[in-house]
Amino acid sequence: MSDTLVQHDVLQRVLGEALGRGGEFAEVFVEDRTTSSAMLDQSRVEELSSGRDRGAGIRVVVGETTGFAHTADLSEKGLFAAAHAASAVAREGGGGVREIALGALADHSTRARIQPSDVDKAKKIELLRYADDVARSQGSAITQVQVALGDSTRRFLVANSEGVFVADHQVRTRFNISCVASGDVGMQTGYRPIAGTLGFELLTRDAVEQAASGAAHQAITKLDARPAPSGDLPVVLAGGSGGILFHEACGHGLEADAILKNASVYAGKVGQQVASSLVTLVDDGTVAGEWGYLAIDDEGRPGSRNVLIENGILTDYMWDYLRARKEGRVSSGNGRRQSYQHLPMVRMTNTYLLEGDADADEIVAQTPRGVYVAQLGGGQVNTATGDFVFGMTSAFLIEDGKITAPLRDCNLIGNGPEVLQRVDAVATDFSMTPGTCGKDGQSVPVGTGQATMRLTGVTIGGTAS
Amino acid sequence: MSELIERAQRILESVKGSEEIEVYLSTGTDTEVQAYQGEIENLSSASTSGIGIRVLRDGSSGAQVGTAWAGSLDDEAIADALREARDNARFATEDEFIAFARPDGVEGAVLELTDDSVLTTALDEKIAMAIELERMVRSGDPRIRQVDSANYSDYVAEAAIVSTTGICASYARSGAYVSVEAIATDGASDQTGWGLSAGRAPRDLDINEAANDAISRATRMLGAVKPPSMKCTAVFDPRSTSTLLAIIGGALSGEAVVYGRSFFANRIGEDVASSLFTLLDDPTDPRHFNASIYDGEGLACRRNVLIEHGQLKAFVYDTVSARRAGTVSTGSAVRGGIAGSPSAGCRALQLEPGDIDQTEIFRRVGNGIFVESLTGVHSGVNPISGDFSVGITGLMIRDGQLAEPVREITVASTLQRMLLDVLYVGSDVEWLPGSAAGQSLAISGIAVSGS
Repeated sequence: MSDTLVQHDVLQRVLGEALGRGGEFAEVFVEDRTTSSAMLDQSRVEELSSGRDRGAGIRVVVGETTGFAHTADLSEKGLFAAAHAASAVAREGGGGVREIALGALADHSTRARIQPSDVDKAKKIELLRYADDVARSQGSAITQVQVALGDSTRRFLVANSEGVFVADHQVRTRFNISCVASGDVGMQTGYRPIAGTLGFELLTRDAVEQAASGAAHQAITKLDARPAPSGDLPVVLAGGSGGILFHEACGHGLEADAILKNASVYAGKVGQQVASSLVTLVDDGTVAGEWGYLAIDDEGRPGSRNVLIENGILTDYMWDYLRARKEGRVSSGNGRRQSYQHLPMVRMTNTYLLEGDADADEIVAQTPRGVYVAQLGGGQVNTATGDFVFGMTSAFLIEDGKITAPLRDCNLIGNGPEVLQRVDAVATDFSMTPGTCGKDGQSVPVGTGQATMRLTGVTIGGTAS
Repeated sequence: MSELIERAQRILESVKGSEEIEVYLSTGTDTEVQAYQGEIENLSSASTSGIGIRVLRDGSSGAQVGTAWAGSLDDEAIADALREARDNARFATEDEFIAFARPDGVEGAVLELTDDSVLTTALDEKIAMAIELERMVRSGDPRIRQVDSANYSDYVAEAAIVSTTGICASYARSGAYVSVEAIATDGASDQTGWGLSAGRAPRDLDINEAANDAISRATRMLGAVKPPSMKCTAVFDPRSTSTLLAIIGGALSGEAVVYGRSFFANRIGEDVASSLFTLLDDPTDPRHFNASIYDGEGLACRRNVLIEHGQLKAFVYDTVSARRAGTVSTGSAVRGGIAGSPSAGCRALQLEPGDIDQTEIFRRVGNGIFVESLTGVHSGVNPISGDFSVGITGLMIRDGQLAEPVREITVASTLQRMLLDVLYVGSDVEWLPGSAAGQSLAISGIAVSGS
């Protein structure tokens, strides 16, 4: 980064002002985000949109209390006003303006090879059209195709009263395609995303072609889908699609904010067997290029690889600055925020199950009756009870060890601690899937991953008996 | 004329040639307090402003539109956005149906949606409300072991939409909310309950009601079991019904319909629901939290009857989807803030109330399941195919009364089937925040998936 978002000496003065009423910790988060998107629908380029959002979020911590204010005005005057507003929680007053000395800026360079701003809009549109053509050529049943492409370039810096002074330049690119197939008994849908913390090099023609034909085939296949069964059945989750299970079944429950409030079923269980011994679960911000990758988190901590569950034993939780501070430890690099307008909190990055040694085909062959889930949609969890749901958007029956009839969309429901014990096979075909994780109104990009695996039983929320 | 309108009109002055420009400006102030263990956990306050610009260019076979936005109203940001929007328009496909809204002679409803006391109420009072809410929940029942968070939040927002096609609208609104999540325990396991109160200003809020709601929802779920799978009648509580109606509203969007992405397409005049079911989208009803004078294109909002006694009557349209369908806008453009473009959507749904209350519905249903919360709505409901499968918690209904609590189950059907299977519509309307009000709603033939 050639120019700093806000000058070194200004940041020092703003931090000093923020602590002027007696705060113990102050932080300035400055962000400048440029986004662009293009959408194709009905084979028409419907909309190109560009956006720019720039501003600063300032927080001040006093005891257990955090004061926060944000502003789009990055002048010294604007930042001082925000610092003053954030410091209002330090109600005892006193202290006076504090001297904060920041060292040199530690700047992280982008990993994007092709910067979004260097890509012609015409080239993006050509890619949208290509995806549309590929999807429509898969069969006349495809009646609707929507293709979207987007990128964001996010420059940010974090400066705090403990001397942290770091900056990053995150480039993310995403593509997704939705298809509708129409048949005699109604419509069905197919969906494929591609997303990475990379530049336009992510979107090769091959990758786009695969996504487009995959989405189209998924919709066409589902036209013959029968209602999903209802009740408890063994479930085989295809590699890559099932990571969301761990994200919901335990990931959220392992975030230290829920733990410290004793609002998670996993509180107080470090060292205990919480899952089948086949489960080794990792949250890893360092997987370069993945959707949940980060060089530094939004509190300036380097992203890191944290083992959460090892061979079924709970080893640790995920931490941000505030929660770690309470426990006298350091953050695990999981402090993230949607934008400068939001407070950071504990969030996952790339959460995945390490692969096992079973053979994916064998796992299916050894399942007499069950459900094979080729793609999962989103999910939701109540961390206090552990009950979670997640949706299957492409699934099939398994009969006599073979994948047979396609099934209509439905949710699966389970209880985290119970389901984790039911993992009885994990294969070697590991892959990852991008997703968007929502928590307390904030969305952040995350990755999830696993190899093909089996659960001995999960409740399938269908209608067939 | 509001300051925002003047500001927006100055931007229109830079219009070039035959292009059209639409400017959407918004400003807002909000406050948020979270209380925990008798102290402030988080306190935030902020003012935001932003602009969304759309530029339309005429071509030989139709118009092209381009969009840009910025999270600031400084001159440089506005100039950049206008330049980007112009450039983006060049790449859109020329389309004869693309157009900006033009004044259609419908007057905006007279609605008072702002209560200035949001701004004049002292911050200390707002903080005290969050702290008091937490205290009430903690001390309200010995089985409450934790309050995850007790929140107070409010906002005042103002927006203006002006265009070179003659649109000139501005409106303001305010809101205040308290919400709380309680965790109850019986020693063996925990259950959660969520309570809410909403209004236009702090003085509208009922902390007692929010606290009691959270306590009773959490405690009455204690000891919940997973019942066997069955087919039965489900009674959705007002909150769950509101969620259902919002999903159905999505399929009534003219945009989904003209694009063939709605199971309601080509069915106007058909009986799509039980004769008890009359659904309207009426942002001019001041009781609705989403009441609004103007839509997302600056046309007056109006009352639209969508399903009447089970018969599909109409869809909601914005300007472009209406032109595609060969009709006119119903004043139903919605837009997701400065970064969103207008699209057709329902804003303030309400189901015509029936004449029996929840207790009477339970009595008439006899045996079934009472649905108190839905989970996995975004993953388990497909508004295109109509497939419906969501996780729920609730209580069994036995002999016309609420019985044991149940959890870790799903209820499933299709949206098409559920509308036809409506048995009773309650009189107990709750004006909830969001795009739909709700009341008790009994639907038969629901597949419950359990053990």
